[in-house]
Amino acid sequence: MKDILNELEQRRETARLGGGQKRIDSQHARGKLTARERIELLLDEGSFEEFDMFKSHRCTDFGMENQKPAGDGVVTGWGTINGRMVYVFSQDFTVFGGSLSETHAEKICKIMDMAMQNGAPVIGINDSGGARIQEGVASLAGYAEVFQRNIMASGVVPQISVIMGPCAGGAVYSPAMTDFIFMVKDTSYMFVTGPDVVKTVTNEVVTAEELGGASTHTKKSSVADGAFENDVEALAEVRRLVDFLPLNNRQKPPVRPFFDEPDRIEMSLDTLVPENANTPYDMKELIVKIADEGDFYEIQEDFAKNIITGFIRMEGQTVGVVANQPMVLAGCLDIDSSRKAARFVRFCDAFEIPILTLVDVPGFLPGTSQEYGGVIKHGAKLLFAYGEATVPKVTVITRKAYGGAYDVMASKHLRGDFNYAWPTAEIAVMGAKGATEIIHRADLGDADKIAKHTADYEDRFANPFVAAERGFIDEVIQPHGTRKRVARAFASLRNKKLTNPWKKHDNIPL
Amino acid sequence: MFEKILIANRGEIACRVIKTARKMGIKTVAIYSDADKHALHVQMADEAVHIGPPPANQSYIVIDKVMDAIRQTGAQAVHPGYGFLSENSKFAEALEAEGVAFVGPPKGAIEAMGDKITSKKIAQDANVSTVPGYMGLIEDADEAVKISNEIGYPVMIKASAGGGGKGMRIAWNDTEAREGFQSSKNEAANSFGDDRIFIEKFVTQPRHIEIQVLCDAHGNGIYLNERECSIQRRNQKVVEEAPSPFLDEATRKAMGEQSVALAKAVGYTSAGTVEFIVDGDKNFYFLEMNTRLQVEHPVTELITGVDLVEQMIRVANGEPLSITQDDVGINGWAIENRVYAEDPYRNFLPSIGRLTRYRPPVEVAAGPLADNGKWQDKAKKGKDFAVRNDTGVYEGGEISMYYDPMIAKLCTWAPTRGEAIEAMRNALDGFELEGIGHNLPFVSAVMDHPKFISGDMTTAFIAEEYPDGFEGVELPEDTLRRIAAAAAAMHRVAEIRRTRVSGRMDNHERRVGKKWVVSLQGQEFAVKVKADKEGSTIKFADGSKLRVSSDWTPGDQLAVVDVDGPLVLKVGKISGGFRIRSRGADLKVHVRTPRQAELAKLMPEKLPPDTSKMLLCPMPGLIVKVDVAVGDEVQEGQALCTVEAMKMENILRAEKTTKVTKINAGPGDSLAVDDVIMEFE
Repeated sequence: MKDILNELEQRRETARLGGGQKRIDSQHARGKLTARERIELLLDEGSFEEFDMFKSHRCTDFGMENQKPAGDGVVTGWGTINGRMVYVFSQDFTVFGGSLSETHAEKICKIMDMAMQNGAPVIGINDSGGARIQEGVASLAGYAEVFQRNIMASGVVPQISVIMGPCAGGAVYSPAMTDFIFMVKDTSYMFVTGPDVVKTVTNEVVTAEELGGASTHTKKSSVADGAFENDVEALAEVRRLVDFLPLNNRQKPPVRPFFDEPDRIEMSLDTLVPENANTPYDMKELIVKIADEGDFYEIQEDFAKNIITGFIRMEGQTVGVVANQPMVLAGCLDIDSSRKAARFVRFCDAFEIPILTLVDVPGFLPGTSQEYGGVIKHGAKLLFAYGEATVPKVTVITRKAYGGAYDVMASKHLRGDFNYAWPTAEIAVMGAKGATEIIHRADLGDADKIAKHTADYEDRFANPFVAAERGFIDEVIQPHGTRKRVARAFASLRNKKLTNPWKKHDNIPL
Repeated sequence: MFEKILIANRGEIACRVIKTARKMGIKTVAIYSDADKHALHVQMADEAVHIGPPPANQSYIVIDKVMDAIRQTGAQAVHPGYGFLSENSKFAEALEAEGVAFVGPPKGAIEAMGDKITSKKIAQDANVSTVPGYMGLIEDADEAVKISNEIGYPVMIKASAGGGGKGMRIAWNDTEAREGFQSSKNEAANSFGDDRIFIEKFVTQPRHIEIQVLCDAHGNGIYLNERECSIQRRNQKVVEEAPSPFLDEATRKAMGEQSVALAKAVGYTSAGTVEFIVDGDKNFYFLEMNTRLQVEHPVTELITGVDLVEQMIRVANGEPLSITQDDVGINGWAIENRVYAEDPYRNFLPSIGRLTRYRPPVEVAAGPLADNGKWQDKAKKGKDFAVRNDTGVYEGGEISMYYDPMIAKLCTWAPTRGEAIEAMRNALDGFELEGIGHNLPFVSAVMDHPKFISGDMTTAFIAEEYPDGFEGVELPEDTLRRIAAAAAAMHRVAEIRRTRVSGRMDNHERRVGKKWVVSLQGQEFAVKVKADKEGSTIKFADGSKLRVSSDWTPGDQLAVVDVDGPLVLKVGKISGGFRIRSRGADLKVHVRTPRQAELAKLMPEKLPPDTSKMLLCPMPGLIVKVDVAVGDEVQEGQALCTVEAMKMENILRAEKTTKVTKINAGPGDSLAVDDVIMEFE
């Protein structure tokens, strides 16, 4: 009996070593942790329960039958993050370069099926050279099986991808369909075709880092939602994100004890909006001064900085924030910012996360590059996302809310629950100068007259009261009391129920 | 007494004067420029008058505009504060003509002391010790030697037209005087085309010590001890204290009496300051007299209990002094640190912008001024030490480019110098200031500097002790251990809170462990945290223990922790730990489980990118012009591009001769601090 028990321990020992000590050392030498070490950091200490530790591939070609390492290049199972269940797979680069075989895929699919059934997030740690070429189409089939599950799980349980090594070719499409992608600076990259193929086909010379490194995907392509310095930091931050997310779409977002007064007054907000309407200010200051304990988890921080997206807590409960950033491009909406915010709003709506929208938007960015790029359809995404969202929606207009952009930014007309405005708000079709030049075209030559018309227009429309008179603004509030107002608004919406008409699915302008 | 006075100033000094006026039951009038519409002094005053655009030469120092404000409000007296019109005799004259009292000396005294040469002459005549020297033309080397002997070595041989050290020599004997004269003369002729040379006493180990005087219009004059202001950066005072750790009673008396004699010689009334340079042997020499209230007057108030502003107002009202020289004592020790909006890590570059967070330490009333301190009406009562913060800003306010970058004057008082310094360290640690660069880390470092602690400093302190600028503070091991213990206890609290999130699996909750590894400033401490109701006991690997107690909760940005004595920490969030600022240090503190720490060691150390070959944007701003193109060879000092910040154009120049390899920004781009504008070969 003892021998049998010992044999189990021995087999486990071998399986834990993955591709062997030498490969583990070389993984470490690259500044990367092993698949199991990463799971250790991701999950609560001692909480990991592994599946399929001894599963191995079935390939018999190219001498593969002689190498059958236990686990087949991926470690799967479940565990907890601060006591909440998550499923996890972590590709093991020390075993066949983490390449995906039919069996490797089966392991991933197994935990994804369980995650769907049991209502818990899936976190995938990617570190893989790609398809197991020796297996040919069986490997490709494995990818597709995973893809299909990504699609089915989307909107049911949160899916998070952490790219901690290579992720190339077809492999990129699994993370691409998850809710969040995080990368590690300098040690991870993602691309559909690598630098060699790029060189052959297009003659472009580019490094892997330039083509698909963390910087590229967080700043240029927006494929990734965040980048971190190293594996340790990345996994700690994924834990922090999971603390914000519900485990599935049937749950309310999590609540935790908080150490902050819901009615905290912030006198400094009374001076946040500068005297001059064209002077920028930092909207992030408002976000952190509204949030519990000033804690803000930003998503896509480095992309389309004219809009800010991320998570805060109000009275301990998660709230998604979308805010125009006057510091960048005057906070206007454009293709990138619309896409970024639309995806975020839809995530929040899918997982019952209330949305706080902070508005200071001068309109949509004009220009041929925007029109040729399809700003009509991309802008419509954000409009669509806000309009279909049934979660609690609270909006605060701090300054400009001009034109169509006013409508888009969670306006009352898009079923906004609480639409507040600061006294500095200007809700109008456009800025006073532009409006005057159209209304009083006849006086264009006369600077004095135009100045007077502009001043008249400002008096009439550069305020929140015209909108408030019509009920488009529920209340004009003092900036210093914003946290209290917003907290109470969300508190009153905790039992909100709103259902959209039955449909197979909508047809958002993709 | 006056019913209404106007304060012809702004910022902290205007607020300071308003406090005393209010205490005396006098109504106050503030004046303000466009930039100060929402300033604190405007909010505090009973009335406020707008006097023009932001630049001072179009508002605060335009006599006509101030006179209009006086007429408009019917103010009977004007307190000028310091700077602006405070030492402007024309302003005093205009007030006189209008029959409005000037809270300051008569115009004759302002004029007499306003000119360096005249004031020195008057001082000599009043038997005030001045720097010995010969101002006349010196013919040849022999005469130079003769004069040097008369003055007494060491002497400084200076070119009349000199500057920047050129044409300047220090001579300790006849040979050096002879050689020095010749070379100074040659250098002066070559550099300035003017070879006139003069010689004066070279003051070794110079300290800047000044005497506060107070005179009435009835012939009474007293001195209120000295202030030591040796810690200066480019002639800008940073730290002041009273009394001086250097003076003895006899020197103090001699300096005080000469100062009063000088004041009387010019018919001085009101508060004034006589500045001296004092050498290592306590010889003192008159430098100049400031005919106004000094910035650093609070330290005098704190040790004497005299409200100088009140005295100035009473004197201006014609009252005789109610205090005599015998009433003036030295009670305890006071220190002032000037908090400037200057970034010490960037060579004290002025920083402007919004004060997103401004929470000065709580004021504490104690010591001689406690009973006369209605200006501290919101202060806690204390016994052992006092904290006073004179300021003109508030959270959410703006530090503008138009005026002095001083944010606040933080003062502490305690019975002894050591206690006053310790109170200051804690007060600085508890001073929350965000949104702009500021010198808090630097003054904190000075408060812990052994030379400052010993009191052995000269005016060269900053130049000598920080020759390459300020690069932050390395904390000693025992402080690190205390911070590590505090961080471990705090981290444990934060982690336990995280486990209280909803949606967790019943009976399978995460248990937060006791063992932690704290890493900070390149050091690692393995600790075991044992918590009880009152706090935590932190056991270090070497067996030593520290007891930690604090009411800190997650999210608090300030932690007052008792770890073997009080420790005040500014706490920020970083991944896996805290950013902790204390005692001038800015630390990344990671708190990890032993296993996390082991794995973290495998992470490559990432060096910050080499920025020596880059042009970084020094301030948030807009690129208005790029003067070079990729491939251009640039010379040292050549203009590379222009960044506009706060309506000011700043030309960025090449620091060395090199070649431009990449340009990342173009006209119209708005950049953040440290964004890379261009790269070089």
